[in-house]
Amino acid sequence: MIQFILNNRLVETDKKPGMSLLDYIRYEVGLPGTKVGCREGDCGACTVLIGELNNNKVDYKSIVSCLTPLVNVHGKHVVTIEGINLENDLTPVQKAMAENAATQCGFCTPGFVMSFTGFCMNHEKPTTSRAIESVAGNICRCTGYKSIQRAAEDITRLMQDKDIKNPVDWLVSKGYLPKYFLSIPDKLAEIHSKTEIPNNSEITVAGGTDLMVQKSDIVYESTIRPTKEIEHLQKIKFENQTCIIGGAATVTSLLQTEKLLQSIDGLRDYLMLVSSEPVRNIATIAGNIVNASPIADLSIMLLALNAQISSEIDGKVNTQPLDQLYTGYKQLKLQKGELITEIRFELPNANQQFNFEKVSKRQYLDIASVNSAMVIKVENNTITDCRISAGGVAPIPLYLQETSQFLIGKKISEQLFDEANDVMQNEISPIGDVRGTVEYKRLLLKQLLFAHFAKLFPDKMN
Amino acid sequence: MKNIDSIGHVTGKSIYLDDIPNQQGTLHAAILGSAIAHGKIKNINVDEALKLNDVVKIILYTDIPGDNQIGGIIEDEPLLAENEVHYQGQPIAIVIAETERIAHKAVKLIKVDFEEFSAVVDPREAKQKGLLLFPPRTFKLGNTDETWKDCAHIVEGSVEIGGQEHMYIETQGAYAYPIENGYIKVHSSTQGPTAVQKTIARVLGLPMHQIEVDVVRLGGAFGGKEDQASGFAAMAALASYLLNKPVKLTLPRHDDMRMTGKRHPYSGDFKIGLSTDLKILAFETDLYQNGGAASDLSPAILERTLFHSTGSYYIPNTRVTVYSCKTNLPPNTAFRGFGAPQGMFAIESAIAKAAETINVKVIDIQQKNLLAENDEFQYGQKAENANAQECFQLVKEKFNIESITKEINLFNQNNRYTKKGYAVMPLCFGISFTNTSMNQARALVHIYQDGSVSVSTAAIEMGQGVNTKLAQVASMVLGIDTNKVKIHSTNTSRVANTSPTAASSGADLNGNALRIAANALLNRLKEVAAGMLKCDAKSISINNEEVLQNGKPSGISWKKLVLTAHLQRVCLSENGHYATPVIYFDKTKEKGHPFAYHVYGTGIITTTVDCIRGTYKIDDVLIVHDFGKSINLTIDQGQIEGAVVQGIGWTTMEELAFDKNGRLLSNSLSTYKVPDIHFAPNTIKCIPLETEGHELAVMRSKAIGEPPFMYGIAAYFAIQNAIKAYNPNHKLKFDTPITPEKVLLQLYEKED
Ligand SMILES: Cc1cc2nc3c(=O)[nH]c(=O)nc-3n(C[C@H](O)[C@H](O)[C@H](O)COP(=O)(O)OP(=O)(O)OC[C@H]3O[C@@H](n4cnc5c(N)ncnc54)[C@H](O)[C@@H]3O)c2cc1C
Ligand code: FES
Ligand code: FES
Repeated sequence: MIQFILNNRLVETDKKPGMSLLDYIRYEVGLPGTKVGCREGDCGACTVLIGELNNNKVDYKSIVSCLTPLVNVHGKHVVTIEGINLENDLTPVQKAMAENAATQCGFCTPGFVMSFTGFCMNHEKPTTSRAIESVAGNICRCTGYKSIQRAAEDITRLMQDKDIKNPVDWLVSKGYLPKYFLSIPDKLAEIHSKTEIPNNSEITVAGGTDLMVQKSDIVYESTIRPTKEIEHLQKIKFENQTCIIGGAATVTSLLQTEKLLQSIDGLRDYLMLVSSEPVRNIATIAGNIVNASPIADLSIMLLALNAQISSEIDGKVNTQPLDQLYTGYKQLKLQKGELITEIRFELPNANQQFNFEKVSKRQYLDIASVNSAMVIKVENNTITDCRISAGGVAPIPLYLQETSQFLIGKKISEQLFDEANDVMQNEISPIGDVRGTVEYKRLLLKQLLFAHFAKLFPDKMN
Repeated sequence: MKNIDSIGHVTGKSIYLDDIPNQQGTLHAAILGSAIAHGKIKNINVDEALKLNDVVKIILYTDIPGDNQIGGIIEDEPLLAENEVHYQGQPIAIVIAETERIAHKAVKLIKVDFEEFSAVVDPREAKQKGLLLFPPRTFKLGNTDETWKDCAHIVEGSVEIGGQEHMYIETQGAYAYPIENGYIKVHSSTQGPTAVQKTIARVLGLPMHQIEVDVVRLGGAFGGKEDQASGFAAMAALASYLLNKPVKLTLPRHDDMRMTGKRHPYSGDFKIGLSTDLKILAFETDLYQNGGAASDLSPAILERTLFHSTGSYYIPNTRVTVYSCKTNLPPNTAFRGFGAPQGMFAIESAIAKAAETINVKVIDIQQKNLLAENDEFQYGQKAENANAQECFQLVKEKFNIESITKEINLFNQNNRYTKKGYAVMPLCFGISFTNTSMNQARALVHIYQDGSVSVSTAAIEMGQGVNTKLAQVASMVLGIDTNKVKIHSTNTSRVANTSPTAASSGADLNGNALRIAANALLNRLKEVAAGMLKCDAKSISINNEEVLQNGKPSGISWKKLVLTAHLQRVCLSENGHYATPVIYFDKTKEKGHPFAYHVYGTGIITTTVDCIRGTYKIDDVLIVHDFGKSINLTIDQGQIEGAVVQGIGWTTMEELAFDKNGRLLSNSLSTYKVPDIHFAPNTIKCIPLETEGHELAVMRSKAIGEPPFMYGIAAYFAIQNAIKAYNPNHKLKFDTPITPEKVLLQLYEKED
């Protein structure tokens, strides 16, 4: 039995755990405000908020309901547009959208309102750029977005004295949320039970952002092991300079880990290039690795960082380097049912530098044509250590072993770059597809290698 | 005034097709589309699919009681494939089941054996093989053959123009249910309720009065639901008719993208001749329209390409021919601009290439040749109230084009790996359906006893704000608040024989019909008031819901007046009819006066290109636009912003990819990218040109839906110019969209 609070009431359902939250909301409960645009996480029309109880407070975030299996909202508060509507007034978010004429056909609008409301509910100091990031997963085909940007500015202005410790209380008192939100912590606390994880589950589901796109039918019909329900997999921790990411930690949780952001220059910007906020809020690092897409952004970053993967099956623990994990297109050295528990890597030290490059047709919310990461250590102008990875140029997320080795011991120069490129071009085997021709991908990776050096060592590359 | 729907929209209470509550017993439909682009159907096996629990029926073409024909202009498109398929995704069968999930599951279990034929994807190849959907058409002015010898410069070139997926966020769909005695009511996400009604009547073999089509609003359309909604509505109606049950059909995104036509890709060749002082003396172009597998609206779209093939310019000698080529793609269809963007891209390419060849500035050629008052278009009409030169000059002044040029040059000198570029796009767009007979509309207005007003027209609200403008028209004419006016759903039983809401003409046609109806009612009410006040009706006016006599309050309120009129048995309903005057077109001569008026404007777009990565950002869009006397600048500016960004999307990132077998590769939002909020230009500034408006525009407020789309063309040339600033070998290319891939390859191309 899955239990959660939908807007202001507790629901219990014996619907399939793999049914999408979107279908449940629209067609089982009959709340039509949440729209269907793509069922692939790419339009944001289905955006809702979920709240989780933490120390008697509920923290909210936006998610795409189309890719969220019902089981993943067990014990949570699910908020749809109907759940934020006030009785006789518009919320300031709704007012800002209406007054700026940020709605034309209106089909995308509930999604934008929910994303903006999620922005209001977070624990950060409000800025316009954050407001805009919060709706970067919402596609509008009518407005051209300028009016939505104006709404974002208004909302940010109104939020300046928000209480970032207790956003919900503040928002209720200012009429951003209906009063029933104040009673949600108590109501959630009453849902004790976990969902039972079946012993012989057929499929492991984390955020569902790959699975629900590729095989929602199978998820619907299978018994599911939700990694969200396995307590010890959720955390990100540090042992000295080793970062340990739990097997169910989300991309957003990386963004909320200060130590990581401080240790890896530019990481926040790089992670912003990964999907969109309502997807990042549920997408996990382990899911990215296991999905084994050749352009997986996180796998590419982790390859350069020389990550080690720990997994578990039948009580046995295996640890292997990520660069040994992939054996072919969508093939991994993991057995069926084997669970990734931890991803570990050393934080770059003072002598090391990290860079990530990604080019896609659209800069945000798009899959890379080619991406690449580099960790490099330079002493006395000589490269003493180097790991470069590249995606979109081979059947797997590729660690560029030969290119990396070639560079070690060399002095950085434009000429070195040309030589390294020759090595690299022999190491890759891109195929032409909807994200680019072979010719383009080869040229692009060359350019991204150049970009690594130009960004980290601008004076040597001019 | 804000869109009257805004509150419903921001609270999620506005109703779209799929939000209509299902009636008891509603069944769900899913479509089996062809897996291949061209071939013969040898066998269809539905046995496995029928074995699934909850599958109710599988409909094939043999089940159709009427004609298996949905072609709107030319009858060349079956609703369901018979023996052959002509594009991937072409509907073959409809599965009806208790749930949507089961219906789609069953679709996968149907086995179709094909004999596959080779597919044609490229329009030039089709032309070569003689595969045309209908005969080509040519527009001519003067005599090009005799002019070439007078030209100081003759430049030739080719264009490849990409198509565009509509990507309305609400996909296609319909909900049909039986009322009684064979009468069917259909809710359809369509721009053309009458087209839907007619198509269903034909497919079911019923008279049109047996079909009622109702539309509340669309979640976006952009032309994609003008003709193409009819087939899907017909499928829902067919199933409902055969089973005597309510049937809902909503397309999953992949089906929508695979099964529906898009903006037409064009390929073409041009030849342009100029005098020494940069006057364009002659222009010839042959354009190959990629029509897809059936005619759909291609004949009308081809026509608009011809009308706009000389852009905003006066060219004394022209010869323009467009071929509609039959390929194995879904039938391409209407999309904001309706063939004009492709025509304008070709002439702008010719001018840009001429400027590059002669080594002069593009804007110098552009400005020298802009339309002036009384210049003749190729199609015989004369330019009246031509604002082309005024808009161009104003853009140059208001936005200081010289300083833009200087700043960009300075930036480019100082930055090795980042380059900027800009381009200017002048606009002239004709308003009216080019098919004269479609320029008519009716509005049914009721004034209820309590003074509230109900308006029904043929206009479909799809985000463009037409209902808001209609409410304003009623309010302006009757002298009452807009909140007294309710714009009702568009319904074929209330307003019949409607033209689709398209060609930017929705507000003009329906607004004028409404104005006529409201005026008739107003005059009747004035008589009543005159009787009450014992004065001449000429001295009466109504303002702010109050009757005025010679401009002074009379003490009679709107409410009281209406009630009195009703008690005096005065008719408080009126059906207004409007047919655009002046316009005509003689296709045998290809001359006439097809447009009520033209919309003018000029836009500048600036861009920054990252020359290491081949990516770009659109910086500024700066426009002077001729709105006429806008009755709603909020809505009109919204149309500008939305259209511009859509136009920029078309020329930059939106890339349709088909493989050589005609299979759509860009079949989802993940592989077909449209602009997102980060891609929106940093600024869009639009200064309205101050004019008196045009008397054929509704309340002198000019049509707005399509014209600004064409400003997006400047983005293409701006990026070309930035590439040129980085790569000295670069020769201009005319190949849209200019994706990051093309940018990078062109940045690093050695020699042309
Ligand atoms: C709109 C959209 C945009 C996207 N953009 C990007 C992008 O920019 N860059 C990018 O790299 N990816 C992107 N993705 C892909 C996806 O979001 C990521 O790959 C994500 O990290 C997958 O994580 P998940 O938790 O959702 O995985 P799920 O879909 O839940 O699972 C994926 C696979 O991993 C397995 N799995 C999950 N957890 C474990 C575990 N602990 N142990 C063993 N197996 C496990 C599952 O069984 C499944 O096979 C995008 C996806 C969408 C829908
Ligand atoms: S429906 Fe498009 S993101 Fe969910
Ligand atoms: S208002 Fe139509 S999609 Fe945004």
